[in-house]
Amino acid sequence: MGELRAYAALAGAQARSVLAYRASFVVELLGNVGATVFDVLTVLALFRATDRIGGFALPEALLMTSITSAGFALADFLIGNVDRLKTYVRAGTLDAVLVRPLGALPQLLLMDLPMRKLLRVVFGFGVLAVALGLNDIDWTPARVLLITLSPLCGMVFLGSIFVISASLAFWWVDSGEVGSAFTYGGRDFASYPITVYGPVFRGLFAYALGFAFVSYQPALALLGRADPLGLPSGAGFAAPLVALAAAAVATGVWRTGIRHYRSTGS
Amino acid sequence: MIRTDNLTRNFTVRIKRGRFRREKRTVEAVAGVSLDIGAGEMVGYIGPNGAGKSTTLKMLTGVLTPSSGEARVCGLRPVPERTKLALRIGVVFGQRSQLWWDLPLHESFALLRHIYRVPAGEHAARLRRCRELLDLDDFLDTPVRQLSLGQRMRGELTAALLHGPRVLFLDEPTIGLDVVSKQAVRSFLAELGASGDVTLVLTTHDLADIERLCERLVVIDHGRVVHDGTIEALHARYGSRRSLVADLSSPLPEGFELPGATLVGVEADRHRVTFALDGVTAGAAVAQLVAAVPIRDLSVVEPDIEDVVARLYTT
Repeated sequence: MGELRAYAALAGAQARSVLAYRASFVVELLGNVGATVFDVLTVLALFRATDRIGGFALPEALLMTSITSAGFALADFLIGNVDRLKTYVRAGTLDAVLVRPLGALPQLLLMDLPMRKLLRVVFGFGVLAVALGLNDIDWTPARVLLITLSPLCGMVFLGSIFVISASLAFWWVDSGEVGSAFTYGGRDFASYPITVYGPVFRGLFAYALGFAFVSYQPALALLGRADPLGLPSGAGFAAPLVALAAAAVATGVWRTGIRHYRSTGS
Repeated sequence: MIRTDNLTRNFTVRIKRGRFRREKRTVEAVAGVSLDIGAGEMVGYIGPNGAGKSTTLKMLTGVLTPSSGEARVCGLRPVPERTKLALRIGVVFGQRSQLWWDLPLHESFALLRHIYRVPAGEHAARLRRCRELLDLDDFLDTPVRQLSLGQRMRGELTAALLHGPRVLFLDEPTIGLDVVSKQAVRSFLAELGASGDVTLVLTTHDLADIERLCERLVVIDHGRVVHDGTIEALHARYGSRRSLVADLSSPLPEGFELPGATLVGVEADRHRVTFALDGVTAGAAVAQLVAAVPIRDLSVVEPDIEDVVARLYTT
C-alpha cells in the first residue's frame, strides 16, 4: 500500500516536471499522434492497390492493425521509455535508482513516463473501436472478454519485448538500436495478417517469438474465422498465456541483467 | 553495523590490440577488503583515483554485485535485500543527484517522504533540523537545476537523511565545493556524527575532511586495504613527526644540537630553523632552545597528512 503511494508520487513528479516545459510538451503531444495515424494510413493505402491482403478484407486487416496499435500505444506509453536504460547504464546514473527502497524497473518507468504519448493511446483505442464497428462480430461473453484483454495482452507482450531488448544494455553498453528491430519491428510485423509473410520469417517472428498472438490470432478468434495456416480456431484465446510467458522471460532477463550492472567510475 | 569479509569485485576490460583483435583482461577493482565498522563510528575511506573506493561503497549499498566475498550492512545482504537496506541507509554520491532536476527542492523532499514511507511528523522534524543547520530556506523553492553546486549538495545531504538512516554513505561529498560550502558540509557532518546515532562512511580526496571528521581512517590502494586505524597510528607507522619552527633573534650557533630532535631546515641566514621532534616533547624542546638562543617567535606544526598519504600511494 505504502509502496503504491510511493509509485504514484513518482508518476506525479514526472507529470509536474514535464509541465515545467509547457510549450514543448504540447508540440510533442500532437506530434506523437502523427505516428499512430501513419500506421493506420499505411494499411488503408495498401488496400487501394488490392482489395484483399493475405486472404483478408480491409475491415479484418484493420482489426488486426488496430489491436496491435492499441496494445503498442499502451506498451510504448507505460514501458517504452525503458529503452532509456542504456543512457542510464552508460552514465552510471542507475546508481541513484538502486539506492532507493523501490523496484528499479517501476522507478525507471515512472521517472520517465512520457506524457506526450498519451494521445497516441487514445487514438489507438479509437481506431480499435471503429474497426470493431466495421466487422460483423458474433458477440459471445468469451469474445467480449477477449477483446477487453487483447490490447492489455498486447501491451504486456510488447512491453516484455521492450524490457528484454533494453536489458541488452546491461551486457552490451553500446547496444544502440538493436532492440528496436524487435520492438518497432515487432509492432510492424503484427500490424498485418501474418499470412502475407514468407514461411521462414513468419515461423520465427509469429511463433518462435510469439508475435502472432498480439493481434492475428485474437482477431481470428473474434471473427470466428479458421486460421488459413492451420492452428485450431480459438487459438487466440491463448493470448493471455503467451503474454504471461513473455512477462516471465522479461522479468528473468531484467533480474539477471541488473546483477551484471557495472556502474561507472566516479 | 558494517562487516565485510574478503569483499572482491572484478571487472573485465577489453583492450584494443590492433584492428580486430581485442584482449580480455580482468581487473580487480576491489581485492579482498575485510572491514568491521561499529555503530556510530565515523570512518574515512580514502585512496587514489581508481583505488576501489566507490566500488566498495556501491557494493555496500547494493548497487553492484560482489564477485566474491561477503558483505553485511545493518545485518542485511546488500544486493538480495537491496530495498530493505535502502530504508536503513542514506547515500550521497557527490557526482550523482538524488533530487528531481526540474522540480523545486522542497518537492523532492516531499517525494522522498512517500518513497521512504516516513511518517509526516518525523519527516517534518528532520527537515526542520536540516533547514536550520544547512540554511536551506533561501532556495527551497528553486528548481534543482538552478541551484549552485554548494546549494545542491546541501539539498542532497538533507535528502539522504530525511528517512533517519542508521548508516550514511558519502561518496566525495565536498568535491568541487568552495571553501565556505565545504565548511558548512563539514560542520554539519561533524554535528551529525557527534550525536552518535548515525554511522558515517565517507570517501574523499580532501584530507581536511578526514582530519576534521574521522577518527578512523581506512586507506585503500589497488583494491587492497593498506591502512586501517587512527590518523595518529598512520603517522606513527610512517614516521611522520611534529616539528618546531622558530624565528631567532640571532643566528643559530654552528654545531647546535637539540637532544631528541633533528634539525631539518635552516632559512634566513640561520634566523629561522625547523626541528623535527623525534622523542622529545614540544615543551622540553622549546625550553632547551630558549636556553641556547633568544627566540622571537615559534610554532609547533602538526605533521601533514597529505604527505603521509602521498607516500602511502606511491609505495
